[in-house]
Amino acid sequence: MKSLAELQAIREKMQNQINMRSEDEKVRIVVGMATCGIAAGARPVLNALSDEIQKRNLTDKVSVTQTGCIGLCQYEPIIEVYEKDKEKVTYIKMDAEKAVEVIERHIVGGHVVDKYSMGASGLK
Amino acid sequence: MMTEISLNILDVAENSTRAGATLVEITLAADTKADTLTLVIKDNGCGMTPEQVEHVTDPFFTTRTTRKVGLGVPFLKQAAESTGGSFTIESEVGVGTTDTAVFGLSHIDRMPLGDITTTIQNLIIYHPDTDFLYTYRYDDKEFVLDTREFREVLGGVPLDTPDVAQYIKEYLAENKQETDNGKLL
Repeated sequence: MKSLAELQAIREKMQNQINMRSEDEKVRIVVGMATCGIAAGARPVLNALSDEIQKRNLTDKVSVTQTGCIGLCQYEPIIEVYEKDKEKVTYIKMDAEKAVEVIERHIVGGHVVDKYSMGASGLK
Repeated sequence: MMTEISLNILDVAENSTRAGATLVEITLAADTKADTLTLVIKDNGCGMTPEQVEHVTDPFFTTRTTRKVGLGVPFLKQAAESTGGSFTIESEVGVGTTDTAVFGLSHIDRMPLGDITTTIQNLIIYHPDTDFLYTYRYDDKEFVLDTREFREVLGGVPLDTPDVAQYIKEYLAENKQETDNGKLL
């Protein structure tokens, strides 16, 4: 069985690192994780986002959270990107690969990935 | 449609966190002699009135206002009952809710348990204000993950810190393997 001693080691390592960025300065990515989202495949999307953010060392700039049903079940899996002083961007019918593309082009590159966004699909 | 028992757990346990639970207890127990797989999700959230409990397995009942259907609990009930098992829900306002689903372990219609490790890890790291007590049992072997115990070891370091999240995943995966030798899928 895995021991708790390793957890103790993580604590000691982390206590020397102070997170300077406050939560409201972070880019927030929200994944719809109600029954509709989960059934449509939101879990691989959520995990792809958090893995990619970790891989690119963006954890102090970007946070991933989950939410319930936003009432657009037919477009799930849905993710929403909130950036300070910018309009919210909603991406629909996501999968793990598209989610990685959103991180690469939108979060890192700064350009909304129109082809997956709700606005570009003629929906508002 | 849910394709894994673990996705049902991810969904239904969400109800507990939304009910304001501070502690959610999830127990998964496989009993090869009785040929059952029992899932219990117990919370200390706000609970439901007898009228709500009566309607909760009705797909056209929900307390939400964004839409008119609530499929989470009905999906789980159907998944259990279609394997010759059962589903019960007990709840009391101010005390909490307990869902119990019993599956026929070797029944041909039992959906796979699926990626239970990711499910439990997701529940823990995306609900930083809720404690989880997860027990996994396979016949007479078991392991437990208690986030209250983890928090104590960690001091103020949050459970969703990347290193901690990774540790939780490994803890769940390795201990499941040791408990069931990879037999329960």
